[in-house]
Amino acid sequence: MDKNVIKRLAGFLKPYYGYLVLALASAVISVAMSLWAPVLIGGAVDLIVGPGNVDFPGIVSILIKIGAAIGLSALFQWLMTRCTNHVTYFAVRDLRVRVFEKLKTVHLKYVDSHAHGDLISRVVNDIDQISDGLLQGFAQLFTGVVTIVGTLLFMLSINVNITLVVVLITPLSLGMAAFIAKKSFHLFREQAAVRGELSGYVEEMVGNQKVVKAFGYEKEAQKKFEEINERLQTSGVKSQFASSLTNPCTRFVNAIVYATVGIVGALTAISGGITIGQLSSFLIYANQYTKPFNEISGVVTELQTAFASARRVFEVLDEPSETPDAPGAAVMESSGGRVEIEDVSFSYVPDRKLIEGLNVYAQPGQRIAIVGPTGSGKTTIINLLMRFYDVDKGTIRVDGTDIRLITRNSMRALYGMVLQETWLFAGSIRDNIAYGKPDATEEEIIAAAKAAHAHGFIRRLPDGYDTIIAEDGGISQGQKQLLCIARVMLTRPPMLILDEATSSIDTRTEMMIQSAFSKLMKGRTSFVVAHRLSTIREADCILVMNEGNIVEQGTHKELMMQNGFYANLYNSQFEQVK
Amino acid sequence: MWKLAKYLKHYKKEVILGPAFKLTEAILELIAPLIMANIIDVGIRNSDSDYILRMGGLMILIAAVGLCCALICQYFAAKASQGFGTNLRNEMFSHIASLSHAEIDTLGTPSLITRITNDVNQLQVAVAMLIRLVIRAPFLVIGATVMAMMIDFQMSLIFVAAAAGIAVVLYLVMSRSVPFYRAIQKLLDRISLVTRENLAGVRVIRAFSKQEKEQERFDEGTDELKKASVRVGKISALLNPFTYLIVNAGIIAIIWFGGGAVNTGALEQGQIVALVQYMTQILLALIVVANLVVIFTKASASAARVNEVLETQASVADGKNAPENADKGADIPKIEFQNVSFSYGGDEMDLENVSVKIMRGQTIGVIGGTGSGKSTFVNLIPRFYDASKGRILVDGEDVREYPFSVLRGQIGMVPQQAVLFSGTVRENMRWRDDSATDDEIWAALRTAQACGFIEKFPQKLDTPVLQGGKNLSGGQRQRLTIARALVGRPEILILDDSASALDFATDAALREALREYGREITVIMVSQRATTLKNADKIIVFDDGQVVGVGTHEELFETNAVYREICLSQLSEGEVRHG
Repeated sequence: MDKNVIKRLAGFLKPYYGYLVLALASAVISVAMSLWAPVLIGGAVDLIVGPGNVDFPGIVSILIKIGAAIGLSALFQWLMTRCTNHVTYFAVRDLRVRVFEKLKTVHLKYVDSHAHGDLISRVVNDIDQISDGLLQGFAQLFTGVVTIVGTLLFMLSINVNITLVVVLITPLSLGMAAFIAKKSFHLFREQAAVRGELSGYVEEMVGNQKVVKAFGYEKEAQKKFEEINERLQTSGVKSQFASSLTNPCTRFVNAIVYATVGIVGALTAISGGITIGQLSSFLIYANQYTKPFNEISGVVTELQTAFASARRVFEVLDEPSETPDAPGAAVMESSGGRVEIEDVSFSYVPDRKLIEGLNVYAQPGQRIAIVGPTGSGKTTIINLLMRFYDVDKGTIRVDGTDIRLITRNSMRALYGMVLQETWLFAGSIRDNIAYGKPDATEEEIIAAAKAAHAHGFIRRLPDGYDTIIAEDGGISQGQKQLLCIARVMLTRPPMLILDEATSSIDTRTEMMIQSAFSKLMKGRTSFVVAHRLSTIREADCILVMNEGNIVEQGTHKELMMQNGFYANLYNSQFEQVK
Repeated sequence: MWKLAKYLKHYKKEVILGPAFKLTEAILELIAPLIMANIIDVGIRNSDSDYILRMGGLMILIAAVGLCCALICQYFAAKASQGFGTNLRNEMFSHIASLSHAEIDTLGTPSLITRITNDVNQLQVAVAMLIRLVIRAPFLVIGATVMAMMIDFQMSLIFVAAAAGIAVVLYLVMSRSVPFYRAIQKLLDRISLVTRENLAGVRVIRAFSKQEKEQERFDEGTDELKKASVRVGKISALLNPFTYLIVNAGIIAIIWFGGGAVNTGALEQGQIVALVQYMTQILLALIVVANLVVIFTKASASAARVNEVLETQASVADGKNAPENADKGADIPKIEFQNVSFSYGGDEMDLENVSVKIMRGQTIGVIGGTGSGKSTFVNLIPRFYDASKGRILVDGEDVREYPFSVLRGQIGMVPQQAVLFSGTVRENMRWRDDSATDDEIWAALRTAQACGFIEKFPQKLDTPVLQGGKNLSGGQRQRLTIARALVGRPEILILDDSASALDFATDAALREALREYGREITVIMVSQRATTLKNADKIIVFDDGQVVGVGTHEELFETNAVYREICLSQLSEGEVRHG
C-alpha cells in the first residue's frame, strides 16, 4: 500500500525530476566534501608536531584544500536546499490544485456526506504535512544515508580496526533509538487520544458556554474537565519523558563511541598504526557519526505521518467525478420554460427507496410548490432538476430534450436558484451580485439590486457596492438573501428554483424578500419549496412530500378535496390562524 | 509571559534542579575534549597505555554520569511542563466559566478554544525547553569559549569572533524569515477559506457553472503560497551553509595560528585537537539557540493570548446573599422590568427604557424583527448580561441580589441553537436537575413532543448522543432541548425562538402540552411566527430596541401598526381575520 502511495507521489514529482536529480547530486557532493574536511584537518594537525617542528608550507597547501572543501560543501548544500525547496513547493502546489479540481467535479453526494472541516483539513493540513514530512524528510533521509556510508568509507581509508570498533558500537545506538521510538509511539498515541478527548470537551463546553451558564452546569463541567486534564497530565509526562530520552541516549552512545575511538586510537597510535592527526579526524567522525542515525529515526516517524496524510489526500482524488457530459451533448442557449419529469425514480441509497414513478409536467410560467414537514426531503427534487444527482429511472426533460443530452453547464444556466442557505463569497457586494454575469455593467447591477430591494441597504453601507462581505459580520441573514435574489435577477433565467424558508429574518426584510420573489417568478417556470400560504394556494401544482416520498400531488383545491395528508398538514399548520 | 510563571509554583524543585542537572551534564560534556587532549599529549607521547585506559575509562564514567543527569533533567522538565499546562488549562477553563456572555462575545468562542488548547500546548513546550535547553545551549557556547581561553587566550579570540559571526547570521536570517511565516499562515487561511466556500456553496457554484472561476481563485492562492514559500526558502537556505562556513573558517584559523603557537612551544598538538572539538560544539549549540528563539517567539504570542483571557474580568458578578425579599405571592409580578436600558457596547442602546410586568403563570409572547431586542430582553432575565440602566426583578427582588444558582436554578432556558452534548439522552436530560428520575424525564419528553421518537430508539434514554447531537435531526434536537429545560419543573421557561425547526403541527402540539402545565410555570416565548404566539396571554412587540406594544393578538392586530405588519407579512389579511 505504501508502495502505491510512493508511486503516486513520485508522479507529482515527475515534472521536476531535473531539480530532483540536481538535488541528489548536490547532496552527494556536499556530504563528500564535508566528510573530506576532517581528513584534511587531521593531515594538518599531523604537520604541527611540536616546537620548531611545524611544516608551514604543507599547512598552507592543506588549508587551501580545506577552504575549497568547505566552500564547495557549503555551496552545494545551498544548491541542494534550493532544489528540494523548488521541487517541494511546486509539487505541493500541483497536488493542491489537483485536489481542488477533483472537488470541483466530485459527485455532490461526496460533498454532502463528508464533514467540510475534514475536507478542508485534507486540502490544507494534510498537504502541508506531505510538504514538511515527505519531501523535506526525503532530503534528510538521503543526506543521512550518504553521510553514514561516506563516513564509513573515509574511516576505512584511515584505519580498518578502529572503524570496526565504531561499526560494532553502532547497533547499540540504533537499537536504543528504535526502542525509544517504539515506546514513545505508543505513549504518544495514548496522549493524542486523551488530548483529542480534552479538545472535544473544551469545544463542547466552551463552544456552548451560554447553555452551560443557563443550566448552572459550570461546576460539573469543571469537574469533568479536571478529570480529563489530569489523565492528560499523567500520559503527557510519560510520553514527553519517553520521547525526550532520545537525545541524551544518543549523546551517551556518542560519548561512548568517542571514548572508545579515543582509547583504541591512542593505543594504536602508540604502536605507530595511526598518526595523531588521523586520530583527530577519527574523533570528528565519531562525533558526527551517530547524528544521522538519530535524524533518520526522526525522519521515519515524519514519513509515516506524511504517508498517512498522502493516503487521505489520494482518497479524495480517487472519488468518482460526476459523469461527464454525454458525447455530443447539446448546448441549450435558452428555453421556453417547459419542464417534464416523467416516470422518475430515485434514491440516495439503493436499499431505501425514495421517489418512485414521479410525473410532473410544468408548462411555461407555471408555479410548482413543494411542501411537507421538516426533513421530508424537499431538496431532493431540486437536486434532480439541477442534475446535482442523476435520476435512477425515467427522464427529466427541458423543452422536450432529456437533460442528460444537454451539457450540464448550459442546462444549469437555465435555472436561477435561491436557496435557504444563502451563499456569498468573501468579496465585494458588486462582485457577488455579478457572480453569474461578470461582464454586467454598473447600471445592470444596480438595476438588479433595486429589483431585489437590496439597493436601499447597500447604499447605506459605508462602502456601498464595494463593501466586502466577511464571513460573519456586516450584513444580516435577510440582506444576504436579498443579495442572492439580486444575483439571480441579473441573469434573468427562464426557470427558477426557490427555497422560501425564512426563519429568523426580520419583518421588513421578509416582506421585501417576498415581494422580490414574486417579481422574480412572474412569467418564469418556478419550483418553490413553499412555506407561505399565498405561494401554496396560487401554485399550479403542489407536490406534497413526507419522509422522502411524494405522497400527494395536485392543486390546492384538489388536495383539500382528497382530505388526505396535505389537508391534514394544511389544517394543523394554518388552522389556528383563522 | 512571565506572569504565567505562578502556574509553576508547585514545581519549584523541578524548575531549579532540572537546569542544574542539565548544567552538570554540559560541564561533563565540555571536559571530554580536555581529557582527550591529555590522552594525546600525555598518553601517546609517553606511550603510557595505562594512562590512556584510565583516562578512557574516566571518559566513559563521565558519559554515564552525564546520561543520568540528563535523564533526571528530562524527567523534571516533563513533570514541570505538563503540570504547568494542566494547571493553566484548569484555571482557564474555570475562568471562562466565570465570564459572562458579554466577554465571551468579545473574545469569541473559536478563539477561546484555540487558546485553551493550542496556545497552552505552545507554552508547555516553551517551559520544557526552558528547563532543558535555556541553560545548556548558551552555557555550551560560553563554556566552550572559556575552555578555549583556559587553553590559550589568544586562540579564544577566534572563538569569540566565530560565535559573534554565527549570531549575526542567525539574526539576519531569522529577522528576515519570521515575517514570511506569518504571511504564509495568512495564505493558508485564504486557501482554506476558498475551499470552505466551495464546499458550502457547491450547489450555487455549479448552478452558475462557475467552477473554472473558482479554480482560478484557488490557483491564485496556491501560487502565491508557493511563491512565498520559495522566497522564505531562499533566505533560510543560507543559514546552514553560512554557519558551516564560519565554523570551518574558525577551524582553519585555529590550525594556522595554532601551528604558529606550537612552533614557538606555546601550545601542544593535543590542545589543537581539543580546540577543534570545541569549535564544532559551538556550532551545534548555536543551532539549538536558533530553535529556542523560534519557540519563545511563538510562546510569547501564546502567552499574550492566554493572559488576555485570564485578565478579562467578568462584568456580571455573582450575588452572594440569599434573597431575603423574594416574595412568591400571587400579586407580586413573577418578572418585572423597571425602565431597563441595555447596550452591548456601541453608542446606541440595544434595549431602551423597557418596563414590563409578567405575572406568575402567564404565557408571554415576544415578537419583533431581527435586532429588535427580543433575545436581549430574555437574556437579561437570567443575568447573562446586566442591565445598563434600570432594574429587573424576579419575585420582587433585584436579580443582582440573587446567587446565580438560585436565579438560574428556577429558569428553564431553551436557546436558539439546539445544542446537545455528547453522552446519553438521559445525561442530557439531567442538565438542569441531576437527580431527575426516569419518570420525570419521560414526562418532560412527552411535553416537548420528543417522547415518540425516543421511544422508537432501541436504547431509549440510553441512546448515545454524539457531539452537538449530530446523530439527530434538527427538529429532534430542538424538541430535546425543550425537554431538557422542562426537567425539574422550572418556575420560568424561556423559549428563545426555539421552535423554528419544528413544523407547524409539532409546534402547535407543543404549545398545547405546555398549557397543561397550568399556572405553575411562567412561559416566555420568543418567536418570528405570529401563529406561534397568537394564543399567548400577552404579546410584547419589540421594534428597534423598544417595546412598541403589549396586548393580546386581537388587540394588537387592531391597534398596533408594527404587529399588524408582522402578521400580514406572514399571512394574508383574510387569514388573520377570518381564516
